[in-house]
Amino acid sequence: GNWARLAAQQSLTQDQLLDFDTFGNVTLIHITDLHAQLKPIYFREPEINLGVGEVAGKVPHITGADFRKLYGIEDGSPSHYALTYNDFTALAKTYGRVGGLDRCATVINSIRAARPDALLLDGGDTWHGSYTCYHTEGQDVVDAMSLLKPDAMTFHWEFTLGSDRVRELVDGLGFPALGQNIFDAEWDEPSEDFAPYQMFERGGTKIAVIGQAFPYMPIANPGWMFPEYSFGIRDQRMQEMVDEVRAQGAELVVCLSHNGFDVDRKMASRVSGIDVILAGHTHDALPEPVLVGETIIVASGSNGKFISRVDLDVRDGRMMGFRHKLIPIFADVIEPDAEVAANIDASRAPFEAELTEVIGKTDSLLYRRGNFNGTWDDLICDALISERDADIAMSPGVRWGPSVLPGQDITREDIFNVTSMTYGKAYRSEMTGEFIHTIMEDVGDNLFNTDPYYQQGGDMVRIGGMGYRIDVSKPMGSRISEMTLLKTGELIDPSKTYVVAGWASVNEGTEGPQIWDVVENHVRRQGTISLTPNTSVKVTGA
Amino acid sequence: LSAGAATAAFLPMQVNAAADDAIAAFTGGAEVTDGGVDLVAPEIAENGNTVPIEVSAEGAASIMLIASGNPTPGVATFNFGKLAGAHTASTRIRLAGTQDVVAIAKMADGSFKRASANVKVTIGGCGG
Amino acid sequence: MADNVKPRVKVPRSASAGESVLLKTLISHPMESGQRKDSDGNPIPRSIINRFTCDFNGENVIDATLEPAVSTNPFIEFEAVVPEAGEFVFTWYDDDGSVYTDTKAIAVS
Ligand SMILES: [Mn+2]
Ligand SMILES: [Mn+2]
Repeated sequence: GNWARLAAQQSLTQDQLLDFDTFGNVTLIHITDLHAQLKPIYFREPEINLGVGEVAGKVPHITGADFRKLYGIEDGSPSHYALTYNDFTALAKTYGRVGGLDRCATVINSIRAARPDALLLDGGDTWHGSYTCYHTEGQDVVDAMSLLKPDAMTFHWEFTLGSDRVRELVDGLGFPALGQNIFDAEWDEPSEDFAPYQMFERGGTKIAVIGQAFPYMPIANPGWMFPEYSFGIRDQRMQEMVDEVRAQGAELVVCLSHNGFDVDRKMASRVSGIDVILAGHTHDALPEPVLVGETIIVASGSNGKFISRVDLDVRDGRMMGFRHKLIPIFADVIEPDAEVAANIDASRAPFEAELTEVIGKTDSLLYRRGNFNGTWDDLICDALISERDADIAMSPGVRWGPSVLPGQDITREDIFNVTSMTYGKAYRSEMTGEFIHTIMEDVGDNLFNTDPYYQQGGDMVRIGGMGYRIDVSKPMGSRISEMTLLKTGELIDPSKTYVVAGWASVNEGTEGPQIWDVVENHVRRQGTISLTPNTSVKVTGA
Repeated sequence: LSAGAATAAFLPMQVNAAADDAIAAFTGGAEVTDGGVDLVAPEIAENGNTVPIEVSAEGAASIMLIASGNPTPGVATFNFGKLAGAHTASTRIRLAGTQDVVAIAKMADGSFKRASANVKVTIGGCGG
Repeated sequence: MADNVKPRVKVPRSASAGESVLLKTLISHPMESGQRKDSDGNPIPRSIINRFTCDFNGENVIDATLEPAVSTNPFIEFEAVVPEAGEFVFTWYDDDGSVYTDTKAIAVS
């Protein structure tokens, strides 16, 4: 539309992005869900992010024009581009890429110039999601992040490096690795490898940062990769930890969380005494904190696209007020930090030829984020069906993965950005129609259960070769209907067997080629990717 | 998504009639009232093959645990001795699918009390 | 008979007289349920720990009946009153007739 032209008329400067009236005596800097995106990227926010039950129609379950209206965001403005999906391609051409850890470093340094003892807290999903991260088992991200000098972090996808590697990296961090809900699975006792919290003295006040790792690690990811640990929400223990740090004199209690937003909102209503929850996992970016009782919840996006700054006035043992800014990292506007840029380039250098190899080109915008199939998912499902000779394809509803604009080349790095993981084998198996329905219902309930404690924070499994109808308001077992095999137009027969290809199985010993090779072969064969809009999922009940 | 293996059923399990039989055998058909028993189970099992369950009932002589949807519902019976501390016990159990775990406590006075907790066993596999 | 069956227990070193303490026990055991089939489709016979007891100075703390739904490597956690210094005796009974025991002393301070 006209938004791109409107946008071009607005100039954006680094000073504007960093502008902030320093407030109170404490500053928190939050970065989360980097997914190893060290270089600037494009990242389209979701069009569909449905809330069910009590959170229906509440943030973060508001998107597009409704989101802009709620927060008074002007059409075509930088915030429109950063926070909503509409007219993404045109605005991307105007405003350019976002993120880049070297740009993040500049923002963090500028905050520290105003508040030297600001706390930098990393919400996890940091050591996962790129070609170089996969091939260095997280080392490239750990090295680059260490230059930012974080004060603490918590975890999710990190554990898919395997527990030995996680412990090895944690040992070398030099800052606390937190998770009050990380337990020794054998004896059901708090793990000695991860502290529940860390006390800090900043701005003349005692601050406790309590870590909350992703509660459903062994369910959403392969538990066999970290069998010695158990997780869970453990909100009773969270309350015990809050009481413990308060007893030790904490005047400000911060929860560095990887629960996901709706779980955090419920936890805030059940645990008293948390001042600030720094939320991660569900990749929501909100321009204002959400208040639950006396707790504020801050959501800072993903993929290096945002950094949150929260200034707090802590006096007489309590939080008296706050000032907050969600800072979008416009890569063309923010000057890269030279030291971090050099470090990133050095760790990429050995892989440069592989990373930049052009596999094909796209005429369509490739994106993922949203409750149902994005175009990247459609491309991956097409690749699975054609390369693995399957009737139906299944691709996990993960929320990471940058976008590629129409007209851009597709490089090997782009393909890894949306597929990289340590359990990426593309299986091919036979399933009955009944079992496919069971899977759809099971995953649907992980997303649309009305109790947030039953949600795992991913999106719906992406399906290729099959259409279906979903009523998100129904209970488990009756959400999914009209499953249709697209190539014949026939309804799926519960007793008939279909060939299903998929990837990211959490089962040990899954066999098949790596998904990135499957996608690469498909893109090579196609040359130029051109996708027709996917209308095979009918959503009702929202 | 863990769709690699296609054997187990993950939809809510029906209550097995054998569960009622096991309870009747334990109670001798006596009336069972709700309350007075604490049963702690996860909302979602991290692994259906090893689900942590904690049960306690102050003043209980014994507590029986039943997995109401398992093909063989019996799990364990804890009989508390003279030196039992709080009348509590924890163990880890196998659940064949999403179902209610039931605890029946036989109190010192011969009455029976009951608690149940729904545990979801999921295929899982997708995440942020 | 199950191979490499190894019991382990966690007992505090000391308690005050009359105090209730938390005890944790684990025993490595496959707990073969009797409901599984091998790769040829033949049923694998049941082989489980069917009973667990804990006594302190000859007096019973807990006596548990276990069934095939108890997980591999049975874990049992419970509480015991410690009236005086003495020794806990933990006993596991296997379907195959084997009996495994472990003991742990506790002091009273
Ligand atoms: Mn996550
Ligand atoms: Mn994430």
